[in-house]
Amino acid sequence: MIHLLRELAPQVLGAVVRRYRDFAASEDAVQEALFAAAQQWPTSGVPDHPRAWLIQVASRRMVDHVRSEAARRQREQIVVSLVPPEDQLARAADEAIDEHDDTLELLFTCCHPALSPSSQIALTLRAVGGLTTLEIAKAFLVPEATMAQRISRAKATIKSSGVPFAAPTEAELATGSVMHVLYLIFNEGYTASSGAELVRTDLACEAIRLARMLHRLRPDDPEITGLLALMLLTDARRTARTGPAGELIPLDEQDRTRWDRAQIAEGVDLVTGAFARAAVGPYQIQAAIAAVHDEAVSTDATDWPQILALYSVLLGFDDNPMVALNHAIAIAMVNGAAAGLSRLAELERDPRLAEHHRLFAVRAHLLERLGDRAGAIDHYQRAAARTTSIAERDYLLARAARKEIS
Amino acid sequence: MKFMLMMNTPTGGPYQIAKWPHEDFRAHIAFMKRFAAKLGGNGELVDAQGLAGPDQAKLVKGGKDGAPITDGVFPESKEFLAGFWIVDVDTKERAYAIAAEASMAPGPGGAPLHLPIEVREVMSVPPEIK
Repeated sequence: MIHLLRELAPQVLGAVVRRYRDFAASEDAVQEALFAAAQQWPTSGVPDHPRAWLIQVASRRMVDHVRSEAARRQREQIVVSLVPPEDQLARAADEAIDEHDDTLELLFTCCHPALSPSSQIALTLRAVGGLTTLEIAKAFLVPEATMAQRISRAKATIKSSGVPFAAPTEAELATGSVMHVLYLIFNEGYTASSGAELVRTDLACEAIRLARMLHRLRPDDPEITGLLALMLLTDARRTARTGPAGELIPLDEQDRTRWDRAQIAEGVDLVTGAFARAAVGPYQIQAAIAAVHDEAVSTDATDWPQILALYSVLLGFDDNPMVALNHAIAIAMVNGAAAGLSRLAELERDPRLAEHHRLFAVRAHLLERLGDRAGAIDHYQRAAARTTSIAERDYLLARAARKEIS
Repeated sequence: MKFMLMMNTPTGGPYQIAKWPHEDFRAHIAFMKRFAAKLGGNGELVDAQGLAGPDQAKLVKGGKDGAPITDGVFPESKEFLAGFWIVDVDTKERAYAIAAEASMAPGPGGAPLHLPIEVREVMSVPPEIK
């Protein structure tokens, strides 16, 4: 039943916001309706039209809210006029309500560029994902009160900046704020690897669920397809990516029999279909790279020339220093470690990378491949001193220590 | 990204709040409360605590058997931690802006203290993997 409620939550909220326009109050009303359902349905049974039931209960709450506001402000006429006339008459709970799905409008509102990334993420998880504030707070390791404030400020920003509740145009979708937010949520979950952070891996599942939903709403958008494929192809390696103590296991040392074959097959199908249909974009390319890795039986058997070609195309889309670093790794795999190192020497001039721990880590790996033991140890240690990730630090120091013994 | 903002102050330095005129002390505490409430209201505050004075502090280490050996903090210790904030923000620039605001807490006569605030990122998982 929890599953059904979370599936319905964005549709119900979308419908209520469309009718009453007040996002913040609608969100509160829908939370109350979901709570009522969670209490009543286990004994009374799930109604025949659960979505209509929830919309109706939330609408009643909205009317109550509007009335109490009106009483408080003594401005009944103005406020009541905000309620469309057809809704000033109560409806029967199961009366059919039009089946228009407002989820996309809702998602676009929550990911609006007027909001900061952390607010977009929090609001999306709450309003579209149907997670409770406490669940989101736990996932991001902040107090519940802080997360509640973040969400209510985000709602206030939507109200004050006049973000329209409207379906995004193709152009707005292509700007990618919705996709980027889902991608950030996925990363939050996927990169969490151990201990107290284990709970955060639920975020990866949630991001995949939301990406599936977006894909269902816009099945012909190649980048949305690419994003879903990228998540599936990356997540397929999740269990192999960490050891028993939560330590990071790099791609070339992972037990590939533990990769999720069904998920890989689904991701490969999606990205192949998207590539065949339309213009390529960065998510499709990243998904294609992930697919090449996923389909190889080992690092040596990986089609590195293909990966190098894909990174070259990706660099044209995305001036991201991490992409440039991965491109350098691909160069090293195709043309040798020395060629990779000379590419790194060029990248070092980019101030975003000069002191970045990953530049040091990649150089350490390449020096190791060249047999420069002392250089590799030095750079692993320098990378370890610069990273803010505990899992990454531990991996880099283990790598340095292994070289010291060998 | 989470950051710890540490308000370090030299022993015997300007942060002798107990010796300030009472209304200046009250203005300072009111500032700190308002500041924490504001960060909470922004959805940025993870935690904020003021620490008891250094004369209450002990230095503790494990002895040969692992039992605690306590010692008073020596008066010549150069600086002590008066309090800290942990904030969760989108950028390090935002953490610096918060630190600068804390640094301007009022001191004697209501003048800003310009206290140095040490800003340290809390280790976490990598922000993005490409």
